[in-house]
Amino acid sequence: MLRRTTTISDLDAPATLAELLDHHDYLADEGVTIAAYLALKMGRPLFLEGEAGVGKTELAKTLAAILGAPLIRLQCHEGLDAAQALYDWDFPRQLLHLKAAEAAGAADVAALEGEIYDRRFLIARPLLRALETQPGVLLVDEIDRADDEFEAFLLEVLSDFTISVPEIGTIRAATPPVVVLTSNRTREVHDALKRRCLYHWLEHPGFDREVAILRRRLPGCAERLAADVARTAGRMREAGLVKPPGIAETLDWAEALLTLGAVELDPALAAATLGAVLKHREDQETVRARGLLTPDGGRG
Amino acid sequence: MPGGCSHRTAAVADDAAVTGRGGSGRPHDPPAPPGGPEPVAVLTGFARTLRAAGVAADHHRTQTFLAALGHLDAADGRDVYWAGRLTLCAGPDDLVRYERCFAAYFSAASAPPHRVRAMTVSVTRPVASPYGGGEPEPAGEAGAPPATASEIEVLRRRDVARMSEAERREVHRLLALLRGARQPRRTRRHRLSPHGGAIDARRTVREILRHGGEPARLRRRVRRDRPRRVVMLVDVSGSMAAYADTLLRFAHALVRAEPRATEVFSIGTRLTRITAALRHRDPGHALDECSAAIPDWSGGTRLGEEVRALLRLPDPRGAIVVIASDGWERGEAGLLGAQMARLSRLARRVVWVNPHKGDPAYLPLTAGIRAALPYVTDFVAGHSLAAYEELAALLAGDRPVRAAGRGGADA
Repeated sequence: MLRRTTTISDLDAPATLAELLDHHDYLADEGVTIAAYLALKMGRPLFLEGEAGVGKTELAKTLAAILGAPLIRLQCHEGLDAAQALYDWDFPRQLLHLKAAEAAGAADVAALEGEIYDRRFLIARPLLRALETQPGVLLVDEIDRADDEFEAFLLEVLSDFTISVPEIGTIRAATPPVVVLTSNRTREVHDALKRRCLYHWLEHPGFDREVAILRRRLPGCAERLAADVARTAGRMREAGLVKPPGIAETLDWAEALLTLGAVELDPALAAATLGAVLKHREDQETVRARGLLTPDGGRG
Repeated sequence: MPGGCSHRTAAVADDAAVTGRGGSGRPHDPPAPPGGPEPVAVLTGFARTLRAAGVAADHHRTQTFLAALGHLDAADGRDVYWAGRLTLCAGPDDLVRYERCFAAYFSAASAPPHRVRAMTVSVTRPVASPYGGGEPEPAGEAGAPPATASEIEVLRRRDVARMSEAERREVHRLLALLRGARQPRRTRRHRLSPHGGAIDARRTVREILRHGGEPARLRRRVRRDRPRRVVMLVDVSGSMAAYADTLLRFAHALVRAEPRATEVFSIGTRLTRITAALRHRDPGHALDECSAAIPDWSGGTRLGEEVRALLRLPDPRGAIVVIASDGWERGEAGLLGAQMARLSRLARRVVWVNPHKGDPAYLPLTAGIRAALPYVTDFVAGHSLAAYEELAALLAGDRPVRAAGRGGADA
């Protein structure tokens, strides 16, 4: 019987994890399951790469749900620095404390200094928080958006799961958190970082799995509609678009059609809701021009 | 190897060893110990095969591979496949090689892959020879001394396609000396600045703390600058044959000046990344490597397809994109126009270099160039040393942005 939360030591085979992922509505293929299983068992970060919307972030969320652990998310961007990612001192509170001590007539300078650099004045940012949370799932999202400098100190943290704060000492994770890194590959991430991780390239799902995902996530979705949407999305991915739709977009689209009461994909309704699945004007034009929205996909 | 599964590993290794030794069978392989080959040796042999195929499956990754198999069922081929794929690969390019190597190494059906012997590489280092001695030169131009200042002035304006071999060599020498400075790009990183800039609140408060709560001096910070990336596309099709060599030398000078902020591609019938080939210090050597790397010399041009291929890569975003081509498009001009429109929105700046623009009688009439021009920030010539110097100055940000020129003879 499946319990609400699981510990890593309960997992004895990838099949067990596959069952748990399924139970949490994440329909994983063989590769994703083994990747996640090894990441949990070996205590290695999992580096997920693939086009936007193939379910990279979702996997981290599902793992957190399975382990009953909080998801600590670090969204990367250029210029992300240690004060935003690791820790920061709460300077205003330190100043207040100093002034209060002065007013009270404190004279012991050494003791006062010790008080100021106390753990309670340290603000934990995502990476430090992840080391201090047991168990925890750390999601470093879209690492390709960060720059080389950030990669360097992320590498340091992921190498031995410690952060050294000069004023306090080294903070060490009792058990390393589960770490998931995602990348949309808008930039090549440094090999030293990848070497620390298990690397998995996520593909768009095949037709059968996409239908299964649509039906699982949208309980009201008829078999016919799910099949139509998945088939059309598959054709769109082969059409050489600027931004091929991911699972997230297909789900949005199916939900939009469902909201309008569709039971199958009729061309007029599909054209009206196209904005839910394709977000580039050129792509919408390409799809219309090739007649991909008609039931036979412009081949008849 | 972590305990628990080692007997299973041994089982698969025995199966694999029978067929797998073909893949790793080199004359200097360690002899198999009595009582069957070592399972670890078979698996590391697989990693070695991957390395030979160009996957960066180093020692550290191989260790991880073995550790991963300890957690899985090593007697199951799928588990071996996934453990290897997850630990030994580092990108989508690796996956293709991995599939091939895995099939070859662990299947009895396929023939053992033949190993490519390491090439013997002869290295020629440029050595200063003050009186033009050394290698014999073609008759008539033998021992020509370096050009004097006035001769350089004449050379600067001449079309490289109409030069003699010696003159072109002199231009190439000067190209290698070109200043490859780069327009700076403001990053989101900060650095301390002794004067000016916004107040750095964190450092200032920290300074105050250090002084026991007394307001100390203000710390200021400014944004840090980095060189802006240049992505250069060099047309190596037949119609550009007279200029391709010189353009690649120009690209070499750019790569040498800013190795981390330059990417070079050749375009012809396909897009080929040649940055790595151009990293060599000696221009002649770098060009030889380019020749080996470019598969489509003197073919046709499918500019639209290739710009589309470029747009799938992360490189052009925010970069200065330099396209060196005469715009003789074999494909459909409409496709090129649409791709250029998208490129102009992604790139910081699009510079089109057309050597034929140096000709006073030139008019941009080919369908390709007419489709592309509306989306080009700068349309410049690339036929003479002077034109290349101007292009270098443009990339260094020495000139303000110009509107796209519509032909004419301003070289």
